[in-house]
Amino acid sequence: MRAARVQFGGIVRQVSLSFVPEAGLGDYVMVHVGFAISRVDSLEAERTYKLLEEMGALEPELPPAEE
Amino acid sequence: MKYLDEYRDQRIARALASEIVQRTTRPWVLMEICGGQTHTIMRYGLDELLPRGIELVHGPGCPVCVTPLETVDKAIELALRPDVILVSYGDMLRVPGSRSDLLRAKAQGADVRIAYSPTEAVKIARSNPDRKVVFLAIGFETTAPANAMAAWQAKREGLTNFSMLVSHVLVPPAIRALMVSQTNRVQGFIAPGHVCTVVGCKDYEGLIRDFRIPIVVGGFEPVDILEAVLMLVRQLEAGEAKLENQYVRSVSYQGNLPAQQIMAEVFEVADQKWRGIGSIPQSGLRLREDYSAYDANRIFDLGELTVDEPAECISAQVLQGLKKPTDCPAFGMRCTPENPLGAPMVSTEGACAAYYHYRRHAVAT
Ligand code: SF4
Repeated sequence: MRAARVQFGGIVRQVSLSFVPEAGLGDYVMVHVGFAISRVDSLEAERTYKLLEEMGALEPELPPAEE
Repeated sequence: MKYLDEYRDQRIARALASEIVQRTTRPWVLMEICGGQTHTIMRYGLDELLPRGIELVHGPGCPVCVTPLETVDKAIELALRPDVILVSYGDMLRVPGSRSDLLRAKAQGADVRIAYSPTEAVKIARSNPDRKVVFLAIGFETTAPANAMAAWQAKREGLTNFSMLVSHVLVPPAIRALMVSQTNRVQGFIAPGHVCTVVGCKDYEGLIRDFRIPIVVGGFEPVDILEAVLMLVRQLEAGEAKLENQYVRSVSYQGNLPAQQIMAEVFEVADQKWRGIGSIPQSGLRLREDYSAYDANRIFDLGELTVDEPAECISAQVLQGLKKPTDCPAFGMRCTPENPLGAPMVSTEGACAAYYHYRRHAVAT
């Protein structure tokens, strides 16, 4: 079973990638009971994010690391 | 956190709320299905940002709340057997059965263990070959693939000491049951984004066709929910009834195919009892015949007792959006998270717990 280390805020957890085999290093994934269930569509998610970033309202954050 | 903070941004939330105010000309009753969404609404006071005419009623989407009382009783009965290790998600431990709960059983010496993921239950079975490990596999479509994976893994490894006590429910049949009910007031639904992440959106098309009701798949952050409300209001004001997806960053139309595959391999659709609501046809999942060796209901000799809820608890109406937790005479008095009378007061996704934590100031005592 393919697994990854995923960072949730400050915590890092082992997560199964069985259902999201296409996920890779630096991706954002939605996790439920230890299983990634989707890869977050960054373009969609960034729609609002971009706007705020331009305004300097958000702190930068580290992407998750994979084993 | 990236992709979270921006969905909690107050300025965006306020902008959406004022757009909703402008668009609303008539009162509308909307239901969010998922308890996670109920939690967000209460925590951020989103209902208070909405115009008076928009009423949010809370749906049955709290997995812990709808797990039948009989299943809780069976789990307790199994846990008390000396040869059994009962593995459960943490929020089931304080859910009242008819006489006790898992936490009290644990205090009496039962071996009850909390798992964050079903794979941990399999691991416990692997390292305790002389004990029978029963995993209390509850949940909606979101949890079903992970729970299915546990059974699949156990079968592949040939584990003979692992089984599951399954109580799995499905969202679309529950919406159908609400819609055909005489007492229904709901005019638009926010469908649960994580459920749809797994199973996709196609099952909702039939509901729109049959009931001409708008459904918007929504996420779980304040901005997600307000955007979903806005989408519903736009449709309702325009006299439309269609499926829209607010949670595009996670939900695709077809859903997660590998997850659906393992679900279909391990589970089949069956009639299912919902705590507080009753039996709904074809609204649950049970283990397929191929997996009967992993079905705790078949392996253990468990009685099929029908038990009643405490008369005071109105969770049946709360779970169907007919009453608010604050309408319950026991709310905050005889029923609190420390001493719950009903399941909706236990789970973080339960409406009563959400009101207790975030809205207690509203009830004068
Ligand atoms: S407040 Fe307690 S007793 Fe009342 S409906 Fe909720 S869970 Fe049941």
